[in-house]
Amino acid sequence: MSIRIARIDKTYGAKGPGQTRALEPIDLDIHDGELIGLLGPSGSGKTTLLRIVAGLEQADSGSIHFGERDVTRVHVRDRRIGFVFQHYALFRHMSVYDNVAFGLNALPRRERPSTEEIRSRVMQLLEMVRLQAFAKRFPAQLSGGQQQRVALARALALKPDVLLLDEPFGALDAKVRQELRRWLRHLHEELHFTSLFVTHDQEEALELSDRVVVMSNGRIEQIATPDTLYRQPANRFVFEFLGDINRLEGDVEREVLTCGNARIAVPGIASGRHELLLRPHEISLATQASDRAHLPVTVSAIVPVGAEVRLELEADWLGEPWLATIGHEAFERLDITRGKRLFALPSQLHRFDAAQPTTLIPATAS
Amino acid sequence: MVRIGDAPGVRRLLIGTALALSALFLLLPLVAIFAQALMSGLDVYWQNLRDEYTLAAIGLTLLVALLTVPINLIFGVFLAWLVTRFDFPGRRLLQTLIDIPFAVSPVVAGLVYLLLYGRNGWLGGWLDAHDIQIMFAWPGIVLVTIFVTCPFIARELIPLMQAQGSREEEAAVTLGASGWTIFRRVTLPKIRHALLYGVILTNARAVGEFGAVSVVAGAIRGETNTLPLQVEQLYQDYNTVGAFTSASLLALLALLTLAAKAALEWRAARRETAT
Repeated sequence: MSIRIARIDKTYGAKGPGQTRALEPIDLDIHDGELIGLLGPSGSGKTTLLRIVAGLEQADSGSIHFGERDVTRVHVRDRRIGFVFQHYALFRHMSVYDNVAFGLNALPRRERPSTEEIRSRVMQLLEMVRLQAFAKRFPAQLSGGQQQRVALARALALKPDVLLLDEPFGALDAKVRQELRRWLRHLHEELHFTSLFVTHDQEEALELSDRVVVMSNGRIEQIATPDTLYRQPANRFVFEFLGDINRLEGDVEREVLTCGNARIAVPGIASGRHELLLRPHEISLATQASDRAHLPVTVSAIVPVGAEVRLELEADWLGEPWLATIGHEAFERLDITRGKRLFALPSQLHRFDAAQPTTLIPATAS
Repeated sequence: MVRIGDAPGVRRLLIGTALALSALFLLLPLVAIFAQALMSGLDVYWQNLRDEYTLAAIGLTLLVALLTVPINLIFGVFLAWLVTRFDFPGRRLLQTLIDIPFAVSPVVAGLVYLLLYGRNGWLGGWLDAHDIQIMFAWPGIVLVTIFVTCPFIARELIPLMQAQGSREEEAAVTLGASGWTIFRRVTLPKIRHALLYGVILTNARAVGEFGAVSVVAGAIRGETNTLPLQVEQLYQDYNTVGAFTSASLLALLALLTLAAKAALEWRAARRETAT
C-alpha cells in the first residue's frame, strides 16, 4: 500500500517564544512495497513524522493517505498499521505467544478468527521470526534481539497495510543489530510490506532502505536512493551526516587555492574565500607533491584495523586534522610510521557553498 | 579496617536498643489489648462480642469499608490514569490536591463536612427539605471515610504508572485494541500489585478511622457507632473488658492487613528474582 504524506506540519507548545517547530510542512510519497529509511540526528523530527503517520500523534495540518484511503482523521486503532518500538514495548506480563496473539484476540467478535486459526497463525509468525520454541516464555526471559523479533511478529500478526519502525535496532548491540538488519531485509523481500523506519545510523539507513529520507530541523534535506545519496548529496548537511569529512578552507586566486604553505589547483572556481570538503577515502598519499597539489602533512595516528588503514594527518595549514583511509598495500609501500611526512593528493573535492553542489577533480583537470 | 560505629559492642547495643524499644512500644500494647480483652475468660469475651451494640458497630464498620473501598478504587485508578497519561493545565495542582486528606487533620475534615451537610450547613437546608439525612447517619460516615482514604490508591499508582510509561498501551492501540481492552489486558495487570496494596491500606484506614467519623456520627449507640467509636464509648462507660474486646477485633484486622501486605511484598520480591 502506498503512503502519501502532504503538507504535514507540527508545532509543540503554546504560541510564543517557547514553542518549537517539530516539522516544517513535509511532503513525501512512498510507493507500494517500498522500504524507506528516515535518517537524521536527534531532534530532526523523524520520530514525530513516523508517529504522525501511525496516528499516535496528530499533525497540525496536512493530510495522509494510505493508497486511496484518507487516514488523516482515522484513529490509530483503525489505521491498520504495525508499529515496532525502540524498546520493544512487549506486554511484560504475557507470554510470547499471547503477545503475538494480542491483536488477533482484540478483534471484535465477528471478525475474530477461531482459536484454532489464531493458534496456527501465531505459530506461523513465531516460526517466521524463528522463536517457536519460545512461545511460552515471558519477554524478560528473552534477549533484546529476541524481544524485538517478537515485537515484529506481533506487529505483523494483523497483516498491516504499512509497517512502521521507530529506531528498531537502536537498543541492541552492534552484532545483533547487523543480524537483525539482514533478517528484516529478507523478510521485506519475502512479504513486500510497505515500510517506514526511523534511524540515526547512516549505515543502517543506507543498507536497508530502497530510498533514504534525510531530515534535519523538521525539514527534509534529501530523498534519494542510498547510492545517489552518497554520491550526489544535495547539500553540505547531507554530505556531512553521511560520513566522515575533511575540510579545506583557503583563498582562491587564478584557480589555485592557497592555505598557509599548502596549495592545490581548483579548476573552475572563482577567486575568493572557499570551503572544500572531501571524504577520507578520497585522499591518497605520496612522497612527492604533484604539480597540481602541494599539501604537506604529517601522520599523527595509525589504526590498521579492517580492510583499510585509517590515518590521522596533521599540518600547520589545517585547523583540525584530516582523516584518511588507504589500502594496506599502499600503507606498506609508503612505509608509513607515525611522524612520517607525506603529501596528500585529493582525488575529488566537493563544494557546497555555491547554489549547486559541485564536485571537482583536481588531478585530471588541466 | 573497622567502619565508624561498626565495633561489635556498639552494634550489639544499637540492635538491642532497637529491639527493646520495638517490643516496648509496638508489641507490648498489642499483647495488652488481647490480654485485657480475655481478662475475664473466653465466655465473657464471647458475650461481649455478641452484645447488640457491638454487633451493630461491626455491621456498620463493614458497610463503610464495603462502600469506601470500591468507590476509592475507581476514583484512585481514574485519577492516576488522568495524571499520568494526559497533560492538561492544572495537572500539577491536581496532584497536590490529592494529598489534602493526608495533610489535614481528620477532625477538621469531619467539621468541614458538618459545615456543608449539617442542618445549619450550606446544603443542610436543601437536604432537610428533601428529607435526606447525611449527617449523624451512615451516609455521612461513608462520605468522610471516603475523603480521608481517597489518596491511598492514587498515591500508590501514580509513581508506578509514571515509571512504566505508556509504550505498552501505545503498542496495544496500534494493534487495534479498544480503550477498555487496553485497560483490562495491559494496564491493569501491570498495576495489579500496587492496586491491591492500595486497597489494603484504604481498607485498614476505612475500618479504623476515628477522628472524622466521630464528628459526623453523633454517637448514636447501635446506629451510628463504628467499631472505633464503640471502643471509645464502652471505655467511657467503664466497661474495660468490653472496650478491649472491640479493640481486639480492630487489632486482629490490623494484623491481617499487615500479613496480607507482607505476603504481597514477598510475592513481588519473588517475582523480581524469578525474571
